[in-house]
Amino acid sequence: MNQRYLIPLTAVFLLFLLAYTGVEGLGLQVVFGVLIPYLAVAAFLIGFVIKVKGWAASAVPFRIPTTCGQQKSLPWIKQNTIDNPNTSAGVFVRMLLEIFAFRSLFRNTKAAFNRHASNRLSYSWEIFLWVGALAFHYAFLVVLLRHLRFFTAPVPGCIQLIEYLDGIVQVGLPGLFISGPVLLLAALFLLSRRVLDAKVSYISQAADYFPLFLIIGIAITGIAMRYFTKVDIIGIKELTMGLATFHPHIPEEVGGLFYGHLFLVSILFAYFPMSKLMHMGGIFLSPTRNMANNTRAKRHVNPWNYDVPIHTYEQYEDHFRDKMIEAGLPVDKKE
Amino acid sequence: MSKNTIMAGLAVFVLAVLSPFWFNLITTTQAAPKPELLGKAATAKKCVLDKYNMRAEHMYLLDVWRNSVVRLGDRKYTGTNGQTFNMSLSTGENSCLGCHEDKAKFCDSCHNYASVSPYCWDCHTNPKEIK
Repeated sequence: MNQRYLIPLTAVFLLFLLAYTGVEGLGLQVVFGVLIPYLAVAAFLIGFVIKVKGWAASAVPFRIPTTCGQQKSLPWIKQNTIDNPNTSAGVFVRMLLEIFAFRSLFRNTKAAFNRHASNRLSYSWEIFLWVGALAFHYAFLVVLLRHLRFFTAPVPGCIQLIEYLDGIVQVGLPGLFISGPVLLLAALFLLSRRVLDAKVSYISQAADYFPLFLIIGIAITGIAMRYFTKVDIIGIKELTMGLATFHPHIPEEVGGLFYGHLFLVSILFAYFPMSKLMHMGGIFLSPTRNMANNTRAKRHVNPWNYDVPIHTYEQYEDHFRDKMIEAGLPVDKKE
Repeated sequence: MSKNTIMAGLAVFVLAVLSPFWFNLITTTQAAPKPELLGKAATAKKCVLDKYNMRAEHMYLLDVWRNSVVRLGDRKYTGTNGQTFNMSLSTGENSCLGCHEDKAKFCDSCHNYASVSPYCWDCHTNPKEIK
């Protein structure tokens, strides 16, 4: 047992119970169904903008792209234009692959002592973090986009298409959306890495576990509502549409489980800008990826260089010409 | 990256996050359907489950019925009120659509509102459409 994950786990439990009992026991539907979601969206947006503006204001004086291939060199040496780009087009492709395919994670390696008698430290390619991360992020994206059906009426065709593709296996009623279980399983896999792998566990903090437990809690409550306990979906859509159109409406007969789900989502939104989850915005601004490696072709001047009074050689010679001639030193101008 | 690019990206992101709000401002928003009992259902006053269970669980019940009828040949269902029903979506007087005669009002209005497209009607037909 490790308190770095016990505290976040307990926190997520308590947060859920807070909303559940708040609604079931105290009848605080307006607080958990209207007030907190609005505050959470405001906190998310304001926090996100402040964070990104802060990053935009910080100086990036040096070209520091991580070079993962042959840089542009002599014409007969083949350059790796994506992994060591020297043009903005190359950088664009590199960023596209980084954002949509997590290319740098694909290169993930692990260090371990091998099992031969030599017992040497060796590095091997470890692809499962990449697979898990890809499954997790895309499942979450699909789940998020699917939920837009609660905020639009009539629901646009593109969202219906996503629902159709997500539910294409036609298992059970209500039909299984593949993204739900994939999201839960991928999040559980990412969690198990942090708990079971000693090397990852060693560097994992409460701030790493909390978002994971939060997302697992959101996935469990969502899946429970859709497939197990069931809820009055029209009532819930009346609530969410009320939020989207600024005419809040509290439906009857929608229970604490829904408000627990909504509260955990609100917490995720409000917590987002001050957490590691800001890598969503940060990935676009990582200077090791979004800069072209053209330091040899182009001169980059430090943007905060200020005017230093300089003393050129001409001035120096003017100053000491007589003495230099006297000492027999060579001078550019004799007179 | 230049500051202008970052600010442009940030603006696009903020607009995307706020899309549920402005999308409903620029489009006409459909109101939630009000369930109403029509025809025979209005007078019968008996259904397989009570109102809120019916709203939440009907799809699960239909799935159970389908397995019961197709796999086990058992076509009788006793509801919570003690009444016995014929397990059928669309065949006969004692089926779902036998009592709730208007499919558009009984099924489609809520399904459309919640963006649910069940595949019931891939096989079944609305009895009203057969004539």
